[in-house]
Amino acid sequence: MKRSDPGVLGTHTAADVPEPPKVVPVRRYGQWVTTVVLLVITVLVIRSLLTNPRFQWDIVFSYFLNGQVLDGLVTTIVLTVVAMAVGVVMGVLMALGRESRNPVVSGAAALYIGFFRGTPLLVQLIFWFNLAALYPVLSVGIPFGPTLASGSANTLITPMVAAILGLGLNEGAYMSEIVRAGLQSVDPGQTQAAHALGMRKGQVFRRIVLPQAMRVIIPPTGNETIAMLKTTSLVSVIAIPELLFQVQAIYSRTYQVIPLLITVSLWYLLLTAVLSTGQFYLERHFRRGDLRPAEKPFLARLLARRDPLAQPAERKQV
Amino acid sequence: MTATATPPMVEAIGVHKYYGSNLVVKGIDLSVTQGEVMCLLGPSGSGKSTFLRCINHLEKINAGTIRVAGELVGYRQHNDRLHELRDAEIATRRSEIGMVFQQFNLFPHMTVLQNLIEAPVLVRREKAAEARARARTLLERVGLADKADAYPRSLSGGQQQRVAIARALNMRPKLMLFDEPTSALDPELVGEVLDVMRDLAADGMTMIVVTHEIAFAREVADTVTFMDDGVVVESGTPAEVLGNPRHPRTQSFLAKVL
Repeated sequence: MKRSDPGVLGTHTAADVPEPPKVVPVRRYGQWVTTVVLLVITVLVIRSLLTNPRFQWDIVFSYFLNGQVLDGLVTTIVLTVVAMAVGVVMGVLMALGRESRNPVVSGAAALYIGFFRGTPLLVQLIFWFNLAALYPVLSVGIPFGPTLASGSANTLITPMVAAILGLGLNEGAYMSEIVRAGLQSVDPGQTQAAHALGMRKGQVFRRIVLPQAMRVIIPPTGNETIAMLKTTSLVSVIAIPELLFQVQAIYSRTYQVIPLLITVSLWYLLLTAVLSTGQFYLERHFRRGDLRPAEKPFLARLLARRDPLAQPAERKQV
Repeated sequence: MTATATPPMVEAIGVHKYYGSNLVVKGIDLSVTQGEVMCLLGPSGSGKSTFLRCINHLEKINAGTIRVAGELVGYRQHNDRLHELRDAEIATRRSEIGMVFQQFNLFPHMTVLQNLIEAPVLVRREKAAEARARARTLLERVGLADKADAYPRSLSGGQQQRVAIARALNMRPKLMLFDEPTSALDPELVGEVLDVMRDLAADGMTMIVVTHEIAFAREVADTVTFMDDGVVVESGTPAEVLGNPRHPRTQSFLAKVL
């Protein structure tokens, strides 16, 4: 065996590697028991799903592509996207506000976060919906001076506007903490190096700090988006015709409560799966430059051969 | 105002710097002419890195003045008042001063080539193709032409530091600051970084180097300045300061490190 560089792993060819010794893996009896128990439970659940006639699967699927359900689905998706967009923008602004040197700015940001995290979302939604009771007329003008434009709160704050304000502003408070954690995760040396090269504050933020903070920001933001998708069902209480509201309207006529709730659940599950896939690719994009192996998806781990001598996942340069 | 001969590249007068209530730089006067290589030596905590970071305004000084190529750093003088410069103006002045850090501070989300062209394109509005061509020449010069498309984390410390030097040089600075460029490196990688710096000095670059490499200072420096406890203890040619130190503090420091 010739080895030019004995200190370095992975440089010799396959022929150089000696036969692996016979290794008997540790017997993990606890894992076997757990696996059996889980398999039994799975079988029982599947049997019940198939044999209990009250699931009424035919009705579940007959409504799956129902026009009213699909209308609700579109509203749910639009609400999720718009509310998250408002949330991300507010989150970045509030995170920067918290970090501001100006105590008035950082105080205002802290107040915003404290208020929107400190009161229930449902209360906030109903509050926005009833804003006209508090401020019947909304106007734009010079403070303490003349009014430039005004309108009735009832016509300006439609239920949809109330829903977007309620969901988006609330989300902004949570997003700002996520963004702040991301910004703080970036080594201060990065900012210094960028400043030393003559980059301005905005350029340093956009080109150097934010892209590196994204690695920390994306996973919890994916979580928030998935949570938001389902939280939009809350706005059914202010009569927004989203997914849950639409099926409630149907089953209040037909009394097929359980099958229709299963229909919406399937739609929520499907959308969540789509979002998770998107998150996977986004995370992979922002990992570039990182040499640590990415986590493998569940199926790949399930099918992986158990090899006690396996090399740790190969270093792949993304 | 009278027209004088070319001003020194760096001129510091009575520079003081506090960290909180702690005075770490206690009145430094120092001058570096164009093309000069100055090595700043001294025990850790003597204020040499802090002083270096004041030169490109990464740290604000509390008293005194620093001029780079005759211009105040971070301020504009109007009558007898100093006016703070705007961030954009400070950035413009900084862009003419290259800096190399102990921890390299390469941008990990960009390839080596992207690291080199980022500031020229963003700050100087150069054409990407131009900046890229110059970057490849610089990478060749520091011996890393084949690493242009690698990400910084896949490189050794010595390679990363050489990329960091090339990145600073791609802004075509008139002054280079080195803040302990070899202190974070494995011993066998120090040489390759010092070789690049030696080459740069021979090329006529004005350099201020905070270092613990006495041999490098002896060989390359025009001036060696020894600092302790926030002040300049003595300054002169390597032969004077390293070969025949007059001050007892210099003598005891050199006795420990040599």
